[in-house]
Amino acid sequence: MENTFLIENLRNHFEQDIFEMNTNTDMLTVTVSYPVIHDVIRYLKEDPALNFTFLTTLCGIHYPDRGLPLGVIYHLHNIYENQRIRIKTFVTLNEPKVPTITDLFAAANWMERETYDFYGIVFEGHPDLKRILNVEYLDFFPMRKEYPLEDPTREDKDDRYFGR
Amino acid sequence: MSNGKEYTTLNLGPTHPAMHGIFQNVLTIDGEKIVDSEQTIGYIHRAFEKIAERRPYYQITTLTDRLNYCSAPINNIGWHMTMEKLLGVKTTRRIDYMRIILMELARITDHLICNSVIGVDSGALTGFVYVFQERERVYEIYEEVSGARLTTNMGRIGGFERDFSPAAIRKLRDFLNHLPKVLHEFEKLLLRNRIFMDRTINVGPITAEKALNYGFSGPNLRAAGVDLDIRVINPYSSYNDFDFIIPVGTNGDTYDRFCVRQEEIWQSLKIIRNALENLPAGNFHVNVPEFYLPPKEEVYSKMEALIWHFKIVMGETAVPAGEVYHSVEAANGELGFYLVSDGGRSPYRLHFRRPCFIYYQALPEMIRGGVLSDAILTMSSMNVIAGELDG
Repeated sequence: MENTFLIENLRNHFEQDIFEMNTNTDMLTVTVSYPVIHDVIRYLKEDPALNFTFLTTLCGIHYPDRGLPLGVIYHLHNIYENQRIRIKTFVTLNEPKVPTITDLFAAANWMERETYDFYGIVFEGHPDLKRILNVEYLDFFPMRKEYPLEDPTREDKDDRYFGR
Repeated sequence: MSNGKEYTTLNLGPTHPAMHGIFQNVLTIDGEKIVDSEQTIGYIHRAFEKIAERRPYYQITTLTDRLNYCSAPINNIGWHMTMEKLLGVKTTRRIDYMRIILMELARITDHLICNSVIGVDSGALTGFVYVFQERERVYEIYEEVSGARLTTNMGRIGGFERDFSPAAIRKLRDFLNHLPKVLHEFEKLLLRNRIFMDRTINVGPITAEKALNYGFSGPNLRAAGVDLDIRVINPYSSYNDFDFIIPVGTNGDTYDRFCVRQEEIWQSLKIIRNALENLPAGNFHVNVPEFYLPPKEEVYSKMEALIWHFKIVMGETAVPAGEVYHSVEAANGELGFYLVSDGGRSPYRLHFRRPCFIYYQALPEMIRGGVLSDAILTMSSMNVIAGELDG
């Protein structure tokens, strides 16, 4: 289906909550506000004309100098017509809560746990939100931009050569 | 328990010979039947996504090597293709065919490991030993092409670092002549073996709808009956020039996964033969001066080459800002790279869509109701590689 059809469809249904639609990248990229993200993804999955029934991936991102710094990015795929779409939503650092989509896609379970582990974004309604790749007692969120790659308390590694 | 029964908790611990890699399964067992299980992963988490934010673009290839380390060329070439998509570089057909040969070789080796390890987990170690000798031959081919055996760091943005040498072509032809005999012997051992079939049919099944909902892709999804293959629906690197069948199973059980992978090895052999016979003439790289190291003779004699060499090695070349998602059909499924660039020397955000991580969460559902030995076979038939699971 054409991008214009998608854009029309989404605009008709979610007029107030779409912040930005971008067709300059390799696939249509839509930024929505976080309260409606579940409805947007459910609409994309269940509407018979759109049919985005495959969740390709879900990841987080952190833009420290924006008003809404933490983001979640979803890639959906209509495997019957080979059409992809990217949905983004952004939240604040004080209230990083996004509704979960594990009821729509079982694949989102571990992907949301990984995003929570790396960025601290809390997915409301997730059955078992705990860290998945890091240790449980880690008290910070490593992928956020303020955390350095290397351990800053080490004396033996010279920062001129490592972790530029 | 609420129904009056008492369940046992069995820890199939992280360092267990039957776990192919390091991940833990805590099983709740009722007698012999598995009621529930919980996975703990992350023992080999190396923070690739964080490291990638500090490395220049051509140094990230070494990180991608270590994702699915059984088929490293596919990861490398997938990353180079992502960069080429961001930069808008188009490769020639010769480069595409060379890439296809290496990617299909990697796919063959990964499927060989997976299938022989299913045999090992059911007690048949002989097939594994026979088949690994063939993997040794492929290591020699990788060594001719890129210099390394396992973590190959193969290719460059825009092509390859050197052309296929005559020795590489000879080894490739020897491999293509030799592998069918070994595969036939391996199949005689396992494919229609009564004991193997009894142990693998209806073990660990999954339906097509559930598999799609869990984000399955690759041979695990095709064994459940869905013929989704990225090489066909979204052909990259001139795959549309080649004619190959997508094998599809019916039940989604362990036997179907074994058979799908076995047939994919035969199809990959066909593709490699085709690509080798029709390899077009041309150069082994396109002109991408910002990322492709110039030849050393020019660096010592010409000024522009010296400057490009310096800039590339110090990682000071500019990249257009933007975001791109590219995926390839790796041996386990759709391996995707989501790259967000802000115009700097390293990615702003790089996310690997790792197929193993996504389909491993379906394991509790697949092993529920079976016995422990069925769980081991299901795990090994799903081809869980720890490097790709944790990243």
